[in-house]
Amino acid sequence: MSSKNSVPMAELSLGSKMITVLTKLRKYQMQLGVFGLLVLVFAIFAFGNPKVFLSWAIYEAFLNTVPFIGIMGLGLTYVLISKEIDLSFPSTMAFAGYTFATVFKSSGSGAVALLAALGSGLAIGALNGLMVTRVGIPSIVVTLGMQFLLRGAVQVLAAGLSISLPFAEHPLRWALVGRLWGGIPMHAVWFALLSVTLLVVLFHHRFGNHVLFVGDNENAARMMGINPNKVKTYVFILMGCLAAFAGVIENARMLRWWPLMGEGYLLPTMAAVFIGGTSMFGGEGTIFGTVVGSFIVGSLEAGIVAAGLSGFWTRLFEGLLILLAVTFYAIVRKRI
Amino acid sequence: MALVEMVDIHKYFGKVMALRGVNFRVEENEIVGLIGDNGAGKSTLIKILSGVYPPTRGTIYIKGEKIDLRSYSVVEARKYGIETVFQDEALGLRQSIWRNLFLGREPTNRLGFLRIRKAVTETDRMMRDFLKFRGAGISPDATVKNLSGGERQGIAIGRAMYFEADLVILDEPTRALSVKEIEKVLGFVRELKARGKACVYISHTIAHVYAISDRFVILDRGQVVGEYRKEEISEEDLNQALVRAFRHEEDYR
Repeated sequence: MSSKNSVPMAELSLGSKMITVLTKLRKYQMQLGVFGLLVLVFAIFAFGNPKVFLSWAIYEAFLNTVPFIGIMGLGLTYVLISKEIDLSFPSTMAFAGYTFATVFKSSGSGAVALLAALGSGLAIGALNGLMVTRVGIPSIVVTLGMQFLLRGAVQVLAAGLSISLPFAEHPLRWALVGRLWGGIPMHAVWFALLSVTLLVVLFHHRFGNHVLFVGDNENAARMMGINPNKVKTYVFILMGCLAAFAGVIENARMLRWWPLMGEGYLLPTMAAVFIGGTSMFGGEGTIFGTVVGSFIVGSLEAGIVAAGLSGFWTRLFEGLLILLAVTFYAIVRKRI
Repeated sequence: MALVEMVDIHKYFGKVMALRGVNFRVEENEIVGLIGDNGAGKSTLIKILSGVYPPTRGTIYIKGEKIDLRSYSVVEARKYGIETVFQDEALGLRQSIWRNLFLGREPTNRLGFLRIRKAVTETDRMMRDFLKFRGAGISPDATVKNLSGGERQGIAIGRAMYFEADLVILDEPTRALSVKEIEKVLGFVRELKARGKACVYISHTIAHVYAISDRFVILDRGQVVGEYRKEEISEEDLNQALVRAFRHEEDYR
């Protein structure tokens, strides 16, 4: 931190310039780390099966599946930065999907069904937020309960049956899951747009600033006139809406809703966010990391199978990557 | 007219009487050292003044204006020019210096987007002018976690300074700091004084309080038991006065 007085002026300014450059690089070393991990993983895949990994088809497949983990991961990143957790988003996805399916079947309007689905996500998020901030129950407990409640609700409502959707020719379907320029799935485009928007909001908007501080030091935020309860409730609402959007996309993609929709997304999404460098302790996280983490987690299974290993290896590699990533972050965080 | 005048302040926590009829006043550009043992009521008094909670009974005047205690809060106190630096509750350690400086008062455009360039430039200026962090290679982008304890206090005090507070309340700003860091913090307080601000300085360490204060108020068991101007008393006598107050307390037992 301190420089010696005996250093000549010219050297001093050169030194401080170097320090500035270094701090700038250091600021992004988490992002550089996770990107390095992605490159490493794909290098291994490409080495294992060059034919598959040097063709576009496999990447198109990833763009088709990764956005689900990614979109919900964006919401979870905000939740974790605000020092809370949400376990209910896979069921929120199913509940919003159910809302979309039933409203679409009864009204015939895609737009109304989309709004209803997003509204249900908003309501679930608001309920989570109020239970956490007003009633004062830890978010892990509230959202665990919500996870079961919503899953149970859709199973009761749908009597355990799936719903097929006459949605194939609807223009909204193209907007949600069509193919851009013949190859890029529209939901990957939505994922990209949401990522950029939420990145800008997190680091360049007043709301994002408040999310960072509420997660970092809630008392300091309160002392400076920020209402942490409000901020956290908005964050849960954001999570609910993003999960709802993922549910609608899944409906549109499969032309069908089913009661177990979203099941199996909880742990991979959390893994993606943690691999991306978001901390459990609040106040820290990156959107870039979550996007890259989603691609790592989302491509692992296909990659491992394509590389000629059996699917059993997937979990092992997932575990290895998570531990590798969080160890790296723990070391980096001690230094910056 | 006093900058702040607290009259006959009582505070009960259930049956515990934390403050029993305290009168406390701060003049413009005056540094008041508030001294007392743990549980004497120092923190309770300044928490009332800074709007954390209201007194059970009593009146507060700021610049002659009687304060409506029902709507008084930390945010409200800040509008009256009273900024409090609470230990451990002032800064987000994992955030940058500029984000901390503007926390809750971010410069934004109409849509709420941060004017980061402005915030960084202003932070840089504050660090140069007030904190004199010169040639130390600390940029406004640096994470607060990486600063020393004294520098962190400096950021919190500098924030009050930057937003033109008239009175800065410091609650144990030198707790757990090394001698060198303590010197820095005392330097910041002198800088406040030089810039025409007033300050309430709370500490256990008489030497620090004596070094910078214009007046001393000794609290014991929720009451003011002594009040001295710096001209009237030597550091030695102030120590004696404090010891006498505490011995007096032991006579009670």
